[in-house]
Amino acid sequence: MENLQTIREQALAALNAVQDEAALEQWKVAQMGRNAALTQAMKSLGQLSAEERPLAGKQANEVKLALEAAFEEKRAALEGARLRASLSSEKLDVTLPGRPLPLGRLHPITQTLRRINAIFAQMGFQVYRSRDVETDEYNFLLLNFPPNHPAREMQDSFYVEGGDPENPTLLRTHTSAGQIHAMREYAAKDPGNPPPIRIVLPGMCYRFEQVSSRSEVQFTQVEGLAVGENITFGDLKGTLTDFAQRFFNANVRTRFRASHFPFTEPSAEMDVECFVCGGAGCSVCKHSGWLEILGSGMVHPNVLRNGGYDPEKYSGFAFGMGPERLTMLRYRIEDIRYFWRNDMRFLEQF
Amino acid sequence: MKTPLSWLKDFVDLEGINLEELAHTLTVAGLEVEEIHYIGLPMPAGLQQTKVSGLSWDPDKLVVAEIREVGPHPNADRLVLCRLFDGQQEHTVLTGAPNLFEYRGQGELKPPLKVAYAKEGAEIYDGHQEGMHKTVLKRTKIRGVDSYSMVCSEKELGISEEHEGILFLPAETVAGTPLADVLGDAVLTIAITPNIARDANIYGVAREIAALTGRALKPMPTEVQAAGPKIDGAVKLDIKDSELNPRFVLGLIRNVEIKPSPAWVQQRLRLAGMRPINNIVDATNYAMLELGEPLHAFDYDVLVQRAGGKPPTIITRPAKPGETLTTLDDVERKLDDFTVLVCDTAGSLSIGGIMGGLESEVTEATRNVLLEGASWNFINVRKTLVAQRMSSEAAYRFSRGVHPAMAPRGVSRGLELMRQWAGGVVDAGLVDEYPRPAAVVQVHISPADAKRWLGVTLTNEQMTGILASLGFEVTAEGDGLSVTVPDHRLDIETGVVGKADLMEEIARIYGYDNIPATRIGDPLPPQHGNPELELEERVKDALARMGIQEVMTYRLTTPEEEARRLPPGTPPDDKPYVKLANVISQERTVLRKSLLASVLEIAERNARLRQRIALFEIGPVFHASEETLPDELSRLVVVLGGQQQPAGWHAADSAAYDFYAAKGVLAELLAGLGLHDLSYEPGTHPSFHPGKCARVLAGERQLAVFGELHPQVQGQYDLGAHTLQAITLNLEVLGELAPERFDSRPVPQYPPVIEDLALVVDESLPAGQVEAMIAQTGGNLLAGVSLFDVFRGDKIGAGKKSLAYQLTYQHPERTLTDDEVAKLRERIVRRVTQELGAQLRA
Repeated sequence: MENLQTIREQALAALNAVQDEAALEQWKVAQMGRNAALTQAMKSLGQLSAEERPLAGKQANEVKLALEAAFEEKRAALEGARLRASLSSEKLDVTLPGRPLPLGRLHPITQTLRRINAIFAQMGFQVYRSRDVETDEYNFLLLNFPPNHPAREMQDSFYVEGGDPENPTLLRTHTSAGQIHAMREYAAKDPGNPPPIRIVLPGMCYRFEQVSSRSEVQFTQVEGLAVGENITFGDLKGTLTDFAQRFFNANVRTRFRASHFPFTEPSAEMDVECFVCGGAGCSVCKHSGWLEILGSGMVHPNVLRNGGYDPEKYSGFAFGMGPERLTMLRYRIEDIRYFWRNDMRFLEQF
Repeated sequence: MKTPLSWLKDFVDLEGINLEELAHTLTVAGLEVEEIHYIGLPMPAGLQQTKVSGLSWDPDKLVVAEIREVGPHPNADRLVLCRLFDGQQEHTVLTGAPNLFEYRGQGELKPPLKVAYAKEGAEIYDGHQEGMHKTVLKRTKIRGVDSYSMVCSEKELGISEEHEGILFLPAETVAGTPLADVLGDAVLTIAITPNIARDANIYGVAREIAALTGRALKPMPTEVQAAGPKIDGAVKLDIKDSELNPRFVLGLIRNVEIKPSPAWVQQRLRLAGMRPINNIVDATNYAMLELGEPLHAFDYDVLVQRAGGKPPTIITRPAKPGETLTTLDDVERKLDDFTVLVCDTAGSLSIGGIMGGLESEVTEATRNVLLEGASWNFINVRKTLVAQRMSSEAAYRFSRGVHPAMAPRGVSRGLELMRQWAGGVVDAGLVDEYPRPAAVVQVHISPADAKRWLGVTLTNEQMTGILASLGFEVTAEGDGLSVTVPDHRLDIETGVVGKADLMEEIARIYGYDNIPATRIGDPLPPQHGNPELELEERVKDALARMGIQEVMTYRLTTPEEEARRLPPGTPPDDKPYVKLANVISQERTVLRKSLLASVLEIAERNARLRQRIALFEIGPVFHASEETLPDELSRLVVVLGGQQQPAGWHAADSAAYDFYAAKGVLAELLAGLGLHDLSYEPGTHPSFHPGKCARVLAGERQLAVFGELHPQVQGQYDLGAHTLQAITLNLEVLGELAPERFDSRPVPQYPPVIEDLALVVDESLPAGQVEAMIAQTGGNLLAGVSLFDVFRGDKIGAGKKSLAYQLTYQHPERTLTDDEVAKLRERIVRRVTQELGAQLRA
């Protein structure tokens, strides 16, 4: 059986010289195929004597298994080398930009409105919307702005042609116009014992003002209204401070200043500590450390009464804020006109 | 309102007060200090809660000095050299101040002139430059003479813009004293909201400061030294309409000498923002600024002359039809029937509470002055101001309300100031008509009110202390207090409103900061949703998920701008515009009728910037209606154009938006909202291409119209290469159709059988019909029909098209047999062949 040893050695030597997968296939045919020396040797086993045959058969089989194992090892080595070669050649420029996807975005004001609504929703305030075009009665009179009252000076209105001269039609100057609608709607449910109210009123408002980087002819506003039998100025401070800490950050401080709105009394402006500089003074807060955020106050007894709520029994607070201003502060936007101009270079940043 | 600190000190002791803290205290209490303007006093460094401006005078570099001699300049006629003592040593100071020329060459001046002296390195305002610019005084040589210091004008010190000559200081000032100790001041600019009109004067602000800081308030200065005869008989009064003119008061001072007011008076007026005129006019303004009661001075002799030498009668009455008056500003004014005039028997003299007339004005020649203080209906004054388009300091105050009790106080103060500054003798007493006395307002409050409104527990004593500090008279009554409103304010009402008014006063003085923040303890109202808003939000989210950008646009536009959304010559629709009665810009004259026009404007704005246009907006359109208020209708518009994918460097994905892409967006949106049984049919809408427009129907109701923009509409916008597709949808209809919920379908557990079916049909046959028939014939076992190819070509012949469908057969409870599928398929083929003339494509 020296022959088998020779076959094995020669085959393994030939395998050693194999460099690629084609040569490996050729080697397999040559060494393990039909005409291979080993195959021939195995065929010739039958010519051996019955005594010699088992040992020779066993040895031939061992050679065959050894060659198969060597083949498999070589094959794996060649495949590994090929994979390594291809991986090293298939190199991408990972700095090329990604293929852009069309990400649809909501307008920044919608995003701000949603945040405001969501924060108040968690405090039990529901969204109540009312119309853009109003009467003087709802926009002013029932909110305790008598005709020719000096407070009207602060809110120049767009009037609509053809209205009733005694009660002109106008574009609402504030979403407070919805307060009376809401109160009357709620009160109508049970006039003797009207239910408590907790609502926010988002919407578009209009003022007769020259457009500039600071003011627009139309702007959104979110009004809030809480009415009940036991609502205090302390509740106003607490609710609005909670809001500010959700909207800006959890530690922001608030400051309430006395102010004047005809439909609230006492009235207050709320400032928050500047979130850009943390109150240390910067250009955003004009070095005061504080940012003016919203107007608020206890609902004026006349307004409660006009809404169908007895001011001797009910009290409430109201507030109003400008989503544009909040958005401008949050993202340090310099020009309010960006919002309705809708340049994609602006909108795509949000 | 400009409030000089020095003037406030006349009425409240401000010793040791920090100005910044004072400004903050006032601001938080509702008197917003918009700015502190420093005139020499030290300005604080670091964080300022209040805006500051002005100049601090270095105590070492800006001092009082005395000019001992004024001599000529050797090389210049228009300059003089001063021998000046600054408290330590003498200097030679050069100046061109014209008010020193008269002292030139007089030798040693006795007494010396006291002036403001700036040493080298002092910061001052540049007197020679237009406007107010700061500069630092440097050593230089002027016409051969060394100059390192100067004597200052008001402008250089920042007191006023006056630069005609240098400022002289009172003789009793001592050379070497820091100037800030003599002249230093600060002016607080306070925003006066309508509810604190009573504080539009120095005394009012002083009262607030006293209440807020616990300091004593000095009494209101209303004393007058009247040494003359009784005024009775010198003038008569006749008020025709006491509602418009509830009170009228006159005083008389004789033998005045008209001349400039004392320097300190002029400076106070300037600091308060008024121009000094002469001692009589200045006294009226000074008294008004101090107490808040506007006054008007008449030349008494002119009135006597107009009355034919007899004592004049002053009459107040509404203007007659067509009546005119030439006011002090030299405007001839046509008066309305509500304009209230102050007249005499010869005619009108002034518009009551607003502005005087030219004829009876005080002049250089005036000797005897009749001084008016009155009370006017503030609403009527406002009405008059708006109608006449005029304003004045007097009108500013009267239009916000001045209590009638202030009239005699103001007149007395004015007379006394005239007496002090112009000499003369004041007639004893006043002529005072008060036909409609103001009601005395009383309000009852108790600690329970403070608890209910403010949420704080206050005792009667605490509330009494606060209210008394503001001048309220407070007495115990039952479990609470009876509060009488002082006669300088009109803003407190009676009853429950009065309680709220007083709660505001208590809260302001108690301090908003001291009221604890609490959470609402009241029960929550019944909760309910807002279905319209929720639907809008779902639509917005769905469209954004499809890569479409939301826009928000102007709701004010013009008919011309909106006309661009229609081809030229489109007949107008029958829906009228909501038009503005007052227009601020020719670009915003009506409320929009078309949301499509709004979004197309934005598409145009972005067309040159982006290769992909995908925009949507949800918002109202407005139609004028028979009712008082117009209809506000909720609409959705989507505009698509250019590439469906954003531009990138990669070659793939550059397909353009077309009709079917728009239809895909709409179909996905509606399917996502649970709307399924909709039909699409050719639509007609002037904005769209007539062959590429469809409408979406739910039964008979039209939900949406979409398609490719009409080429002529396209041509009216600057859109570059983009061809636009648009969708317009009625959100009110959508709200009615969108189901609240739907039943889900189980996921089949058995394998489906999927096969293709290609049919050749006439080109004119709508594909929708074929699909509907397949679906109907397939029945429950046909789980899906989807078109995957449309083919035209020679192989199938002209006028024909091939529609290839993938059919999915599915039984919910078992696997379908080949035989069952074959039968079903045969039934479908037979039906479309027979009824639609389709042929099975090999």
